[in-house]
Amino acid sequence: MATRDLTIGFLPLVDACLPILAHEHGFAEEEGLHLSFLRDVSWATVLDRLLYGHSDAAHMLAPLAIATTLGVGRPARSLVAPFVLGLNGNGITLRKDLAARVCQPGAFGEPQAVGAALRVEVEAALAAGKRLRLGVVHRYSSHNYKLRYWLAACGIRPDEQVEIVTVAPPFVADAMAGGEIDGACVGEPWNSLCVERDVGTIVMATAQIWRRGVEKVLAMREDRLDERREDVEALIRAMRRAGRHFVDPANWEANAAILARPEYVGGPESLILRAISDRPVLVHGGEPVPFPDFMFQYSEAANFPWNSQAAWLYSQMVRWDQLPYSDEAAHRAAAVFRPDVYRSALKSTGDDLPAANSKVEGSVTQLTQVGAQQGSITLSENRFFDGRTFDPDDIRGYLAQHG
Amino acid sequence: MKIAIIDENRARASIIEEGLAGFDGEIHVIAGREGLLARIEQIAPDIVLMDLGNPSRDVLEEYFMVSRVLARPIAMFVDESDDDAIAASIDAGVSAYVVDGLAAGRIRPLLDLAVKRFNAFARLQADLAEAKGKLAERETIDRAKRILMDSKRISEPEAYAELRKKAMSSSRRIIDIAEAVVTAHDLMGGN
Repeated sequence: MATRDLTIGFLPLVDACLPILAHEHGFAEEEGLHLSFLRDVSWATVLDRLLYGHSDAAHMLAPLAIATTLGVGRPARSLVAPFVLGLNGNGITLRKDLAARVCQPGAFGEPQAVGAALRVEVEAALAAGKRLRLGVVHRYSSHNYKLRYWLAACGIRPDEQVEIVTVAPPFVADAMAGGEIDGACVGEPWNSLCVERDVGTIVMATAQIWRRGVEKVLAMREDRLDERREDVEALIRAMRRAGRHFVDPANWEANAAILARPEYVGGPESLILRAISDRPVLVHGGEPVPFPDFMFQYSEAANFPWNSQAAWLYSQMVRWDQLPYSDEAAHRAAAVFRPDVYRSALKSTGDDLPAANSKVEGSVTQLTQVGAQQGSITLSENRFFDGRTFDPDDIRGYLAQHG
Repeated sequence: MKIAIIDENRARASIIEEGLAGFDGEIHVIAGREGLLARIEQIAPDIVLMDLGNPSRDVLEEYFMVSRVLARPIAMFVDESDDDAIAASIDAGVSAYVVDGLAAGRIRPLLDLAVKRFNAFARLQADLAEAKGKLAERETIDRAKRILMDSKRISEPEAYAELRKKAMSSSRRIIDIAEAVVTAHDLMGGN
């Protein structure tokens, strides 16, 4: 069988790991694929290269794939996401002195309590004529939406009471050191770098805001998927194998060494190891704090692109961009996620496939066996921290609830 | 017309600036990341050219999207009637942002020029890299010759002839043979 080439765009973040490891460990090769990688330092460039054919597929912020498809901010181009690269894996890091006032540095804060304490700080700053400024990696990112969700649910009004600005991940530590931002919500290893440089303290993981929140996806042009359907399915199989390898503790050190290479993430191996072993160090000089699902790349069908996850991201786009809600746009947004491709790729492997394409997000409160097309799937707790649930069939009602 | 060129590579920025010198308008070059948005606000450009490798692209796009400071909103130049031109600019490694309402006819010549200049710069860099590579090849071949001269007690022309003969008989380049000789020598503990 001849080897077919696929070029994958990515940003240097730990959660670009699955396609990289699929290549490095030969899983892609065994599927007859040769992967090459295009490393960029802005999402705008990862997206441009995808749209203009420099790459076949890319590591991408899920909301950016949806915004591009809907034509928010630029002319619409249809993207699809047949594979979720992982759930969560981001942290909220605050300036050291601020962190010390809103939580116990060195332990993960409880979201309600940190939010309440932060609200006091926000109001004090406003009274002194200042607005706290928090960085996110992109306007259309789950970081932005989870941060805003948490703040709003704690009675802090984003945009009005706190400023939320875009900061490129590699510059988050600089921006915090230079006083440009008071905190940030960013992926790894960039929270850990703030801790290492002693400019910030990790106060929470985004997994505490939504226990099973969708993070990056593998995105591609819809026409490219149609042209390369078989190869994309082969890539999905290779990435599932990479995921199984990635979560095995026996492989953590070797995988950290691969990801640390300059052509990939290009960060310190020790910091990358903290993220992939779910043991971040929260405060400078502190001990690692185990957080078993800090990153979530494999179990519980984590890579399955639930249409309801895309629908939740759309609801947040409407909420924060103040877009008019439309059923038609909601449908198009949800359809960016392509569970049909994921199913067809893995049907022959016996891998776990859920029976449904959509679920009520945040509704699982204890270990729950769910219906499966094949295999066996038990979902663990996937709640939003405020206990609300998201029914993809009633986005309008959900938005009304949030005011 | 006010044009802002944002490029952390000063050499490339000046090559582009020089290329656009014939244009009727002001040209501003911003090389650093420090105070980028404040500079843009101050210049209030009609067109912004930015290299694709610039890590501040997302920050700038966000600013264009939400800023109420600039009199007219700026958006990425994506003229659907002329997708080839955009593709060429992405291939060359430059993105263009233009103020709302600026006619595509006024942007195109400028963008074409920027693309030419970006490509010219890329060629210069490739030439430089090739020249450096040739120099390194030269050094490796010289080292391989010395190794052969020392170990086989032969003259320099004879050592070169051996490398050449081996290259021809195995359909490889002389540099590949020379590299193999040097690597083998290093592995055997030579220096």
